[in-house]
Amino acid sequence: MKTVIIQYNAGNIQSVLFALERIGVEASVTDDVKQIEAADKIIFPGVGEASTAMTYLKERKLDQLIVSLQQPVLGICLGMQLMCAFSEENNTPCLGIFDERVEKFNSNNQQLKIPQIGWNNIVDLKTDLFKGVHDQAYCYFVHGYYAALGKHTIATANYGLAYSAALKKGNFYGVQFHPEKSAIVGEQIIKNFIEL
Amino acid sequence: MLTKRIIPCLDIKDGRTVKGVNFEQIRDAGDPVELATIYAKEGADELVFLDITATNEKRKTLSELVNKIAHHINIPFTVGGGISSVEDVQLLLKNGADKISINTSAYKNPTLINQLALEFGTQCVVLAIDTKKEVDGNWYVYLNGGRVKTNTLCIDWAREAVERGAGEILLTSMNNDGTKQGFALDITHDLSTQLSVPIIASGGAGTMQHFSDVFEIAKADAALAASIFHFKEIAVPTLKSYLSNKGISIRI
Repeated sequence: MKTVIIQYNAGNIQSVLFALERIGVEASVTDDVKQIEAADKIIFPGVGEASTAMTYLKERKLDQLIVSLQQPVLGICLGMQLMCAFSEENNTPCLGIFDERVEKFNSNNQQLKIPQIGWNNIVDLKTDLFKGVHDQAYCYFVHGYYAALGKHTIATANYGLAYSAALKKGNFYGVQFHPEKSAIVGEQIIKNFIEL
Repeated sequence: MLTKRIIPCLDIKDGRTVKGVNFEQIRDAGDPVELATIYAKEGADELVFLDITATNEKRKTLSELVNKIAHHINIPFTVGGGISSVEDVQLLLKNGADKISINTSAYKNPTLINQLALEFGTQCVVLAIDTKKEVDGNWYVYLNGGRVKTNTLCIDWAREAVERGAGEILLTSMNNDGTKQGFALDITHDLSTQLSVPIIASGGAGTMQHFSDVFEIAKADAALAASIFHFKEIAVPTLKSYLSNKGISIRI
């Protein structure tokens, strides 16, 4: 079994690698097209800004590669947002795997601190990605933009409004939270993805 | 619902925890990784490591320690203490830190905040402020671990830092720190209600009631403490169930 983390100009790659190590999964970090294509499981992480990340992916033709992948792919945080159709973050057209749009949390809401930083619960869990994870489980989120609810939503979170905590379409999965930082709940979700 | 966060803080010198700890199950009380692992298992929401090493070897020792911590713990952690450049931050993030905290260096060179926010994102830039209430009733910014007073008001510096890109404020009240008489509710409330970013309250925790006050009255987003956790005066799980029973949103 080969697990690959896609390397690009986004943060938290190291954390994902360490999280895989903790559950006994060896993984390599690469932007090499052949290695990515040959992998059994692919993780597309990310902390950063959407337009900068998309430009980087396009320059290396990683955008075309990611949409053509047939094996299970897991986008994390910005990775998930980049798999959507469009992000309001600097009005960036993204990969278009999920139809859902990425919008900015409403900063006019005085009660809401942006970005959302901390532990929030996930509900309405669907698919084997959440096998063994109970409804209302807490995950760690850090984000100022969110994917709206849509037909690909497989988990919902609430911050001023209900939004997609996770998305799925075919072999593509995305989670808005950071499973690599979400204690044992996160470890279970990563394990589930590896076992898909 | 987003929860309030409980954050134990570990002081580090030459790669070892400084303040004594009182955990029966711990083999090496000076090992930050072992202590951090216990806190993570007990349900701490995040951890802060504050490095007080003053030697030239500091950068290397700290980045090695951060790498070790990142391998072992499965919750987010912040590293602070003497960080003064983009290169310092890059090294720590590369080794697995989730956030870094800056204090005196940011006050002396405020564009550092802009640079870090641009390079790494606001989410990993925590601005730490040491503040003290003077006889005139105002809260002032102090530097160099509280040794140097400035004439800047805490709220003014906090507001400027947020505009420059600080993603969170770690607010320590020097009047309260070490007293175990409770957090500084007034200045914490001012920052929490006037700024758009989360506020981590620090200094003064002595009882569980102090935590519920800082969340309910002062509207803090997170509360940080060191000795009461290290000496097991309050255990993280006991504190969290106490707060949860009071109706405060807490991850149990």
